[in-house]
Amino acid sequence: MASWGEASESRLIGKRIPRLSGRDKVTGKAKYTFDINRPGMLYGRILRSEVAHANVVGVDLSEAEALPGVKAVIQIVEVGNKIRYQGQEIAAVAAETDDIAKDAIRLIRVDLEELPHVVTEADAMAEGAPQIRDDWTGNQSNPNVREEGDLAGGFAQAAVEVEATYHAPVQTHVCLETHGNVAEWEDEQNLTVWASTQGVFGVRNDLAGSFNLPANQVRVITEHMGGGFGSKFGPGVEGRRVAELARITGRPVKLMLTRKAEHLVAGNRPSMTQHVRAGATGDGRLIAYDMKGHGTGGISSGAGFQAPYVYHVPNRRTERVNVAVNVGNQRAMRAPGHPQGAFAMDSLMDELAEKLGMNPLEFRRINDTSEVRQAQYTLGAQEIGWHRRNSVPGAGKAVKKRGMGVGSGQWGGGGGRGTQARVTINSDGTVEAVTGTQDIGTGIRTAIAIIVAEEFGLAPTDIRVTVGDSGPGLPSGGSGGSQTTASVAPVIKTAAAAAKQKLFERIAPQLNAPVGDLRVGNRTIYVVSDRTKTIKWELATGQLGMDSISEGGEWDEELRQGGVAGTQFAEVEVDTETGAVRVIKIVAVQDCGLAINRLATESQINGGVIMGLGQALLEERFMDAQTGRMLNANLEDYKVPGTFEIPEIKSIVFDTHRKVTGVGEPPCIPTPGAIANAVYNAIGVRIRELPITPDKILTALAEKKA
Amino acid sequence: MPDKEKKQGTNISRRSFLKGVGTGTVAATVAPSVLIGGEKAADAQEGDAVASATIQLNINGKPYQVEVEARTTLLTVLRDGIDTSGNNVDLTGAKLICDRGECGGCTVMADGNPVYACMMLAMDAQDKQITTVEGLADGDDLHPVQEAFIQHDALMCGFCTPGFVVSSAALLSENAKPTLEEIKVGLSGNTCRCGTYPFIFDAVKTASKKM
Ligand code: FES
Ligand code: FES
Repeated sequence: MASWGEASESRLIGKRIPRLSGRDKVTGKAKYTFDINRPGMLYGRILRSEVAHANVVGVDLSEAEALPGVKAVIQIVEVGNKIRYQGQEIAAVAAETDDIAKDAIRLIRVDLEELPHVVTEADAMAEGAPQIRDDWTGNQSNPNVREEGDLAGGFAQAAVEVEATYHAPVQTHVCLETHGNVAEWEDEQNLTVWASTQGVFGVRNDLAGSFNLPANQVRVITEHMGGGFGSKFGPGVEGRRVAELARITGRPVKLMLTRKAEHLVAGNRPSMTQHVRAGATGDGRLIAYDMKGHGTGGISSGAGFQAPYVYHVPNRRTERVNVAVNVGNQRAMRAPGHPQGAFAMDSLMDELAEKLGMNPLEFRRINDTSEVRQAQYTLGAQEIGWHRRNSVPGAGKAVKKRGMGVGSGQWGGGGGRGTQARVTINSDGTVEAVTGTQDIGTGIRTAIAIIVAEEFGLAPTDIRVTVGDSGPGLPSGGSGGSQTTASVAPVIKTAAAAAKQKLFERIAPQLNAPVGDLRVGNRTIYVVSDRTKTIKWELATGQLGMDSISEGGEWDEELRQGGVAGTQFAEVEVDTETGAVRVIKIVAVQDCGLAINRLATESQINGGVIMGLGQALLEERFMDAQTGRMLNANLEDYKVPGTFEIPEIKSIVFDTHRKVTGVGEPPCIPTPGAIANAVYNAIGVRIRELPITPDKILTALAEKKA
Repeated sequence: MPDKEKKQGTNISRRSFLKGVGTGTVAATVAPSVLIGGEKAADAQEGDAVASATIQLNINGKPYQVEVEARTTLLTVLRDGIDTSGNNVDLTGAKLICDRGECGGCTVMADGNPVYACMMLAMDAQDKQITTVEGLADGDDLHPVQEAFIQHDALMCGFCTPGFVVSSAALLSENAKPTLEEIKVGLSGNTCRCGTYPFIFDAVKTASKKM
C-alpha cells in the first residue's frame, strides 16, 4: 500500500522549505502573463458599457478604425441585443501601443436605448420592479426548500430561541494581476496563448473549441499567475477576443483587463441575507432551525451559502432564492458559500449561548460532532487565552474595549483523478518533473520538487519542475476547490517511485544486491543490508547513456484524504469613540493532513485569515441604484487589508494524519464569524451585517444607550 | 471633446454629459437614446500631432534613450518602452495594478526614494537615478531584503512582491532598524491580496539585521 512514510523518515516532506520561484519573484524576473512582451506585439482593449441595462441600437467603429496605429477593431455585442450590466463588452481594439488602444475605444460610437435597471437586491425584490430576466418571475428564482426532522416539534423542545437577520454583501476577488491573455498565431492552425488562469487545460480546450482547432494545436502557458481566488477559469470573453484580434492582425496581442473591469465583470462573491429563527434545549443542544434567505450572484444565479453550518441541528427547514440584478456575474470565490454562512451560523451560536447563559465554546462542544475540531477548540482556546475573555460583554468604562470570539469551518480538498505527470532521470543525474497543473501562488511547483527530491535523496533545487504549460500534453485539472495538491501529489509520488524502481533495477546487478535492498539518500545509492556497497547518484545515472528513465504516475486514493476542519479564535479591540475595530490576534488552527511544505502551508493559512479579515471589516461592493454603476470599482474605495490591519496571526498547522489534503480555501472561512463574535464580546452590541465598519458600531452603541 | 460634440449635434445625451463631468447624481429617467464612449482622449485630438520627445533616462545605472509622449508614465517606459535603437526596455518587475497610486505594485526608487512609477511622468524621471527591482541585486548577490523574502516565504503569487521588495529596501536604507510599527508605516503604500504581510514583516526584520 502506497504511503508517505513516517514523519521521522522524511528529510524534506513536512519541513519548511522556501519556494523555488522565490528568486525569480524577488528579482522581478518572474514573467506573468501581464509581463509577456512578444516581438511585434499589439495591445488590446475592450470598450465596455457604462449603462446597466439597454438595447443596443447602433455601434460605429469607423472612427476608431481610422485612428493611426489601430490595427483591428471588432464588435462584440450585436445590434438588437441587450446590455445587461455595467462593464458588458461592446467592442475590442488592437493597436500599436496601449495609449493608442485607449484612444481608439473612446472613438467607438455606441447608441444605446436605455432600459430601467435594478442593481440592488432591495430594488430587484421591490413590488413593481422591472423584470430583468425573462426566465424568472419577479427577479427571483424558484425557492430551494429543504426540510429535515420535525421543525415544530423541535421548537416545542426549545428552552431558548433567537430570531435574527444576518447579512454579508458582495465582495470582489481583487486579483492583483487582472484577467488577461497574450495570444499569438504561429500560422492559421497553431495558437499559443499566455493566460492568467487557474486552469491551462480548461483554457486550451475552450479555445480549441472556439476556433475549431485540434486541442494539440493550441498551447496555453501560465508560468506565474498573479492571483485568481476562484475567478480565473476559462478564457472568458477577453481571452476569445484577444485570440481573434491576433488572428485578424497576424500579430501577437496582449489584452489585460483594467482594474475597473476586474471589479465589474471578473467575478464576485455573492451576497447573503438570512433570516433565521433557531432554538436550543436547556442543556445546550441545537434543536430547531428555520432559515429563509436570499442572495445575488448578479445577472446569473449561484448565490448559494451554507446554512446551517458545521454544527448539527436535527430539525430544520431552509429556503433560499437567488435574486437577479443588472450587475456582472458571480464566480467561485475562495470557499464559495462558506465564510458568509459561517459568519451567520457562528453569530447565531453565540446569541443562543448567551440566552442559555453558557460559554459559547462550551455550547459549540456540545453541538460539534467533529473530533478534530473538539481538539482544535482546546488548543485554540489555550493559545488565545480564552480564560481572559470578558465574562460580561461590553462591561467596563474604558473607551477601548477588548473581546474574544470563536468561529469554525469545514472543507473537502481531497483531490481527484485526471492528472498525468512524468518524472525523468537523465544520464547526467538531473531530474525533471512535468505535469499540466499550474502554480497560482500556492506553491505546487515547490511541493512537486519536494516530493521528487525526497524520493531520490536530492535537494528540491535539483529538480526541474515544469508546470503551467499544456505543451507537453500532460493534463491536470484546474486549481480550484483546494484540490490541486491532493490531485497532483499522489501522481508525482508514484511517478518518482516508478522511476526510482527502474534505476534500481539497472544498478542492482552492479551492487550485487536484490533490487528491494537498494535505497537512495544524500546523492548516493546504497544497499541497506551492506552499507559498504554504494554508488554515487551521478555515477549510477551516468550509465543510462541515451536511455534516460521516464515514468508516469497514477493517482492513488491512499495517499490523500478529503475533509478538513478548522477553528479560529480572534481577539479584538474596539474604540467606542471612533467605532474602529483593531484585530489584535487571530489563532487559526487548521486541519491540514500531511503538509508537504509547512512553510507554504503557513503562508496559505495567513493568507486565508487576512482575506477573511477583509470580509469581516472592510470589503463591500457598492452599487449606485440611480445610475446602475459600481461606485468603488478601484483599489482606493474598495478596501482590502493593508499593513495596518494585520494582526498577530498564529497559524497552527494541525496535522493529524499522513495523507495529503488541500488547504487553499478553508482558512478564510472561520475568520469573519470569530471577529464578529469578538466585537460583540468587547462592546456588548451585535453587528449582524458585514463588513463591521465604524459607522455600524457607533450606531449600534448609540441605539443601546438610547 | 468640443469638436466631437459639434459633430454629434443633438445626439449628445444627458448620460454622456454626465460621463464627461463624472458625477453620479443622475435621476433614473430613461433617455431614449444613450451615447457612451464618445469622449475623445484629451491629448489625442484628431489631426493634432501628439506632443512627443526623445528623452534620456538612467535606469539601474544604464542610460536609455526613449521616445515618449507628454502623457507617458515612467511605468509605461519600463514595461512597454522601446528605445530609439529598437530594443525593448522590458523591465517588467514593476507592475501596474491599480493605476492610481494606491497599491505600490509599481514602486521603484528615484534617487533612492520610493516612488509610484504609475504616477510619475517619464519626462519627470529625467535627471534622476531610477532603480527598479531588477537593479537591486549586485550581480548574483541578492539584496538582503530579497534574500529574506525568499527565506520567510514573504511571497505567494508574487505579483505584489517587486513593489514590496523595493519599498522594504527603501525603508531600510532610511531606517536600518525599524520596529514592527515602523515597518507597517513604511510598507503602508503597498497592497498584497494573497495576504503575505506577516511573513513580509518577518523578512524585513531579518533583513534589517544584515543591513
Ligand atoms: S499601479 Fe502604481 S500604485 Fe498601483
Ligand atoms: S503575493 Fe499575491 S498579491 Fe502579494
